[in-house]
Amino acid sequence: MIELEQVAYSYGDSELFSDVSLTLQPGSFHFLTGPSGSGKTTFLKLCYGELLPTAGHLRLFGSDVRALTRDGIAEMRRRVGVVHQDCGFLDHLPIADNIALPLSVAGQSPASEQENLAELLNWVGLRARAGALPPELSGGERQRAALARAVIMSPDVILADEPTGNIDWEMSQRLLQLLVELNKMGKTVMIATHDLGLIRAAKAQVSARVLRISDRRLQLAGADL
Amino acid sequence: MSRRLQIGRITGFIIGDAQAERAVPPTGFTARLTVFAAAVMAFLAVFALALSVASSGLAERWSQELAQSATLRISAPIGQMQAQTDAALRVLETTPGVASARVLSDDEQRKLLEPWFGPDIPLESLPIPQLIEIVETEDGLDAEALRTRLVGEAPGAVLDDHSRWRKPLAAAAGRLSLLGWLSIGLIFLVMGAMITLAANAALAANAKVISVMRLVGAKDSYIANAFVRRFTLRALAGAALGTVLGLVAVLLLPSPGDDAAFLSGLGFHGVSWLWLPVIPVVAGLVAFVATRAAARRTLKELR
Repeated sequence: MIELEQVAYSYGDSELFSDVSLTLQPGSFHFLTGPSGSGKTTFLKLCYGELLPTAGHLRLFGSDVRALTRDGIAEMRRRVGVVHQDCGFLDHLPIADNIALPLSVAGQSPASEQENLAELLNWVGLRARAGALPPELSGGERQRAALARAVIMSPDVILADEPTGNIDWEMSQRLLQLLVELNKMGKTVMIATHDLGLIRAAKAQVSARVLRISDRRLQLAGADL
Repeated sequence: MSRRLQIGRITGFIIGDAQAERAVPPTGFTARLTVFAAAVMAFLAVFALALSVASSGLAERWSQELAQSATLRISAPIGQMQAQTDAALRVLETTPGVASARVLSDDEQRKLLEPWFGPDIPLESLPIPQLIEIVETEDGLDAEALRTRLVGEAPGAVLDDHSRWRKPLAAAAGRLSLLGWLSIGLIFLVMGAMITLAANAALAANAKVISVMRLVGAKDSYIANAFVRRFTLRALAGAALGTVLGLVAVLLLPSPGDDAAFLSGLGFHGVSWLWLPVIPVVAGLVAFVATRAAARRTLKELR
């Protein structure tokens, strides 16, 4: 699904990490931890093709990421749902339209997907807020809306970058619950976070691997997590 | 690509994608700039076109009409004038390439001199040369051979086959027409540059929108089309407005009277009217190409 083989990434002369090898198997659940600036967000960006590795091989759904055309990258991204740290909403569109944006850009009529959209809004508990603009939503609502947008295309992989960074414990548990549900539906999930409480709560519910970027290497985290 | 698919793509472009339109918010400044620039440039293009069409017609008229005619001017003492005129006519009758030759009457000669000397010229008492109008056959006459024959038969006769002043005038009119077309080309070039600036401003203002759309799986063509369609339609509308205003201005130009025969061709005649609807279409094409190039350049900077 997503395979990294001795991957390295550098910003100019500054190497962020190197020799990273990992395969995200279908249906797996991963946490990615590490101190701020260790490269968690960069790692996720590699996984959906926003960045290219400076060394090594990266295969997304069987294709070498360097060989993908621009249209190929766009099509690949429809198979990867991403919850961005800042959510990345279009502030002038109601939240329902933001959630339906991946359908629109893929050429599917959101009108014909109204039922699915309504179900999705119910699932994330935002049905009553469908017409609200993103700046009118609370942090937790925005994160749930971002998750709804990430899954509307029924992707194979869901990547979440610090999804609970700006929300309270109760809301983060609700969000985690949604991600666990998706994993149980067979989706591959990877969450970049430094919230150890979230990781412990997840491990009580699913079999999750915890990876840590430390000293420019990706390592399996200890059993204390 | 099949014709049906092509028509489908064109129709789809004109109708647009409502979702894409909503995703990319219109920026008032660039919208107004595009419409204004297109309208002004189309207005100027109408004048350049009118100039080009008129001077092209003038060059053609001068080349064709005057090429088939010549004038014989007889300057002789009053006592010899009639004899030399008759001799010249006899020569002309037997000259190959002359279809007809006619002595201009006093009234006709008076009319020719009227603009300079007024209507009451005492033509009879003035040593005015006698003019003979020659109409040539399609093959034309051999001017040099005719001049040689006239030297012996009517020594006061001077043949003017109009080529001395017709050629430079026709060349000037032809060059004026060319300059008109060059101006039209430059006008569309400037229009393209202005629309590129406006499109770049719109793309920069919507950098976040473009980035988000790309990250949720939008292809370059989908994002570019949202901008290209908008700018093309704005340029089309602005240019249509400018063309209509330009046409009204041309039609409102003071009508030249007989005394201003040089200007009598300014405007549009016959098939030249068909050039007018071409202006907004070309403006739309210019906007399409300029915005597409700008959008592609911007998108290439994103992965």
